[in-house]
Amino acid sequence: MNAEWFVVLSALLFATGAMGILIRRSPMVILLCLELMLNAGNLALVAFSRMVGNGQGQVFAVIVMVVAACEVVVGLGLIVAIFRRRLPLNVDDLRELRG
Amino acid sequence: MEELLFFVSALGALGGAVGVVAMRNPFYSVLALIVHLFSLAALFLLLTSAFVAAAQVVVYAGAVMVLYVFVVAYVGGGGESAWEPIPGQRFLAPLLGIALFVELSVAVLSSSLLALGEDGPDVPAGFGDPAAIGRLLLEKFLLPFEAASILLLIAAVGAIVLASNRRETS
Amino acid sequence: MSATAWAWLVLLFPLLGSIVIALGFKVLPAKVAGAIGTISIGLAFACGVAALISLLGDEPEARHHASSLWDYASVAGLDIKLGIFVDPLSIFMVLVVTGVSTLIHLYSYGYMQSDEGYHRFFSYLNFFVFSMLLLVLAGNFVLLIVGWAFVGFASYALISFWYRRETATRAGMKAFVINVVGDIGLVLAAFLIFRELGTFDYGAVFERAPEAFTTNEWTITAICLLLLVGAFAKSAQLPLHTWLPDAMEGPTPVSSLIHAATMVTAGVYLIARTHVLFELAPTAADVAAFTGLATLLVAATMALVMTDLKRAIAYSTMSQIGYMIMGVSIGAYSAGMFHLMTHAFFKALLFMAAGSIIAAMANDQNIDRMSGFGKAMRFTSITFVCGALALAAFPGTSGFFSKDEILAFAEARGGMYLIFTVFGYVGALMTAVYSFRLVFRVLPGKPCPEAQELIDSGHVAHEAPKNPATGEPEDTDVGFPGPEHHIAEQSAPMRVAMGVLAFGAIFAGLVQVPGVDDVVTKFLDPVFEASALAHIHPSLEQDYVGLGIGGFIALLGIGIAYLLYVARPELPGKLETRLRPLHTLFVNKWYFDEAIDFLVVRPALAIGRFANRVFERVVVDGLVSGTEGTVRGAGGVVRAVQNGFVRSYALVLIAGFAGLALYFLLSSS
Repeated sequence: MNAEWFVVLSALLFATGAMGILIRRSPMVILLCLELMLNAGNLALVAFSRMVGNGQGQVFAVIVMVVAACEVVVGLGLIVAIFRRRLPLNVDDLRELRG
Repeated sequence: MEELLFFVSALGALGGAVGVVAMRNPFYSVLALIVHLFSLAALFLLLTSAFVAAAQVVVYAGAVMVLYVFVVAYVGGGGESAWEPIPGQRFLAPLLGIALFVELSVAVLSSSLLALGEDGPDVPAGFGDPAAIGRLLLEKFLLPFEAASILLLIAAVGAIVLASNRRETS
Repeated sequence: MSATAWAWLVLLFPLLGSIVIALGFKVLPAKVAGAIGTISIGLAFACGVAALISLLGDEPEARHHASSLWDYASVAGLDIKLGIFVDPLSIFMVLVVTGVSTLIHLYSYGYMQSDEGYHRFFSYLNFFVFSMLLLVLAGNFVLLIVGWAFVGFASYALISFWYRRETATRAGMKAFVINVVGDIGLVLAAFLIFRELGTFDYGAVFERAPEAFTTNEWTITAICLLLLVGAFAKSAQLPLHTWLPDAMEGPTPVSSLIHAATMVTAGVYLIARTHVLFELAPTAADVAAFTGLATLLVAATMALVMTDLKRAIAYSTMSQIGYMIMGVSIGAYSAGMFHLMTHAFFKALLFMAAGSIIAAMANDQNIDRMSGFGKAMRFTSITFVCGALALAAFPGTSGFFSKDEILAFAEARGGMYLIFTVFGYVGALMTAVYSFRLVFRVLPGKPCPEAQELIDSGHVAHEAPKNPATGEPEDTDVGFPGPEHHIAEQSAPMRVAMGVLAFGAIFAGLVQVPGVDDVVTKFLDPVFEASALAHIHPSLEQDYVGLGIGGFIALLGIGIAYLLYVARPELPGKLETRLRPLHTLFVNKWYFDEAIDFLVVRPALAIGRFANRVFERVVVDGLVSGTEGTVRGAGGVVRAVQNGFVRSYALVLIAGFAGLALYFLLSSS
């Protein structure tokens, strides 16, 4: 059991999250896929931290978690606001910002 | 023993991920993510990062996911098909996903990361303990620590602003 | 002070006068402006005399000085200085120009008095004199071209002086355009000179030319022909003469100065100055001589039938300039310059007298309506007759000696050049006839209504102001002639000017009586020393015979005119009916205007239309809109990327990331 496996797994999870963003239409699910990607990054960080031998990767992972939490707060707030205004919760319909 | 634990957790994580992406009902996606998070916590434990594992369970699965559950309950949704790509991107999305995975794997597995091929060094006893993390946070990474706190403050303020019942200014 | 220092002053005074009057036109009262204008030219004349004295102090061989103020352009291969060249020829021209100009300024002081544009007139007039002096004093071809162009502009400004008259502005434009054609010739000639000889400076050019060119080589012939284009345009020779009669739209002092004494003589001066080049290209010189001869004869025929007083005198100018061009082309340099001087006197005088008569006629210029002014305006009539006598080369007058000197030279050169002598005398006969035609039509006889009014009341006739050419009514505000008309009898400055010129017209010939003295030739000798042609002198016998024939022809011409217009007034009518085709040809100015319209103007307009319709619309617009369309299309394509779908943005992001990762993978393996 070496870090390779962890990192490959992290890559797989990341790719899954990315594909999910491209595929799903509901902003809720897109946010969830974003979480997936963040967590995949965390996994890679911790794996590297273990292999290198100092705790810096773990600290980084903790900070990433903080950032993820903040982003979730704001994202969900957006979704609630959209829902409140009775706009369709559909990323394709929310496209006024365009050229 | 470790391998077994690894594979089980990995399967859990993967299954959770696929579930997030594939479920029609967003509520089920949230549940799948929770499973994924717990599996990740187990993987962290395998990597002797106890604090991170605990933080994952308590903060992520505990607090963030509860937020998600609340919002999903409020907003609802579901009943749409799982795969609704933008017309014209039908094949691009899975293609890109696979490409990404392949590239990253190649990057990882190629010879430049030889060091990863062996077991890691022996770690001291307190590795991954809260004490170690705390020391690092307050000594070496004080600035990121403070910045993260400010970020949290901003997020909290933002959430309040976003969700407030603003009077419609016509 | 040295001659060149005086020469710089000669240039300075008119320029200063022009600028001072122009800047102060609101503050200076009219009389002061006129005085400043006249005095500045007078000062220039004085400096010219001083330069002459200084020059005479030198040995004859050393009578040429160059002086430059600063380097105008000193770049690779080019070295042009703002320099003047002082030698007998330029001083001669300076004296003629400034002398006659002073008198004309004096005349204008009285003549233009009630005109609203008085200050503008004097400013322009001073500027014109400055440009002419610049042309004459220039020491290199570039400055010559500068002076040449300035003169063209000044001529335009002065011809269209009454700018609210459409005929005047059109005449000004016509003059300017034809002058520009001449400018092109001159500039091309300068280019060729530079290409062959490597310099623009007079001294260097005339030194190197005989070595650099063999006689009648095509380059030197081309240079001389191009110089001729410039000379002919400025001097109104065939075929570039059509601007001169129309230029009579300008005020009479303008006609007197520019189209009698100065600007039209620039071509003569040019040929005399570049005589070294012309002697190396005898073909070109012969072309010039024949053109001069042709002009001489054609213009004389046109003057015979003109009914507009000023236009008749204008054609007379054209004809006399033909004599001068002929003279300097065949080698009679000093004779040609002498005739230039005498012609300046009597032609300016004729224009002045004509101006006085026209003023008495309330600006009507048609001689058919004029008669009896001999009784009404004594002074004007006497001076008019003096001018006409000199023009007709009456024995003893200045024109007599100068014209016959040219013809005698042609005879002395012999061979083919006898043609010039013979036809020159034919032209002299016609000159005598038409000049006294004017005299006998206008002066004797029963006074016309305007003359009668003058005799009775002493008042100048007054009519509603109108355009003399087209008859349309005008007012008398700025841009039109003033309300008052001034005749010589009532204006002292005009009388002084005309008197001096009359004296010159009659007696100026005495400086060059064959066998007695030859002031002009001796003075101009150093300039033409190296020329082979200039040393051909007619023998005394030839001179006297020539004078005899000339005198006889003049008297014959006067007699014919007397017969036609006084003794048997019905004869001209009968002649006209008999020779109707000829008469029509002459009256229509040999159809030159129509020919130029057909050959030049219409094709130019057609090219313009083509350029607009085809080239501009299709090619240029097509290119521009094509570019615009392409850019817009490209913009549209790029805009499609921003389609508002979050997921497509995410796709691009992830695709970019994948691409980057691929690149790094490949480059590190």
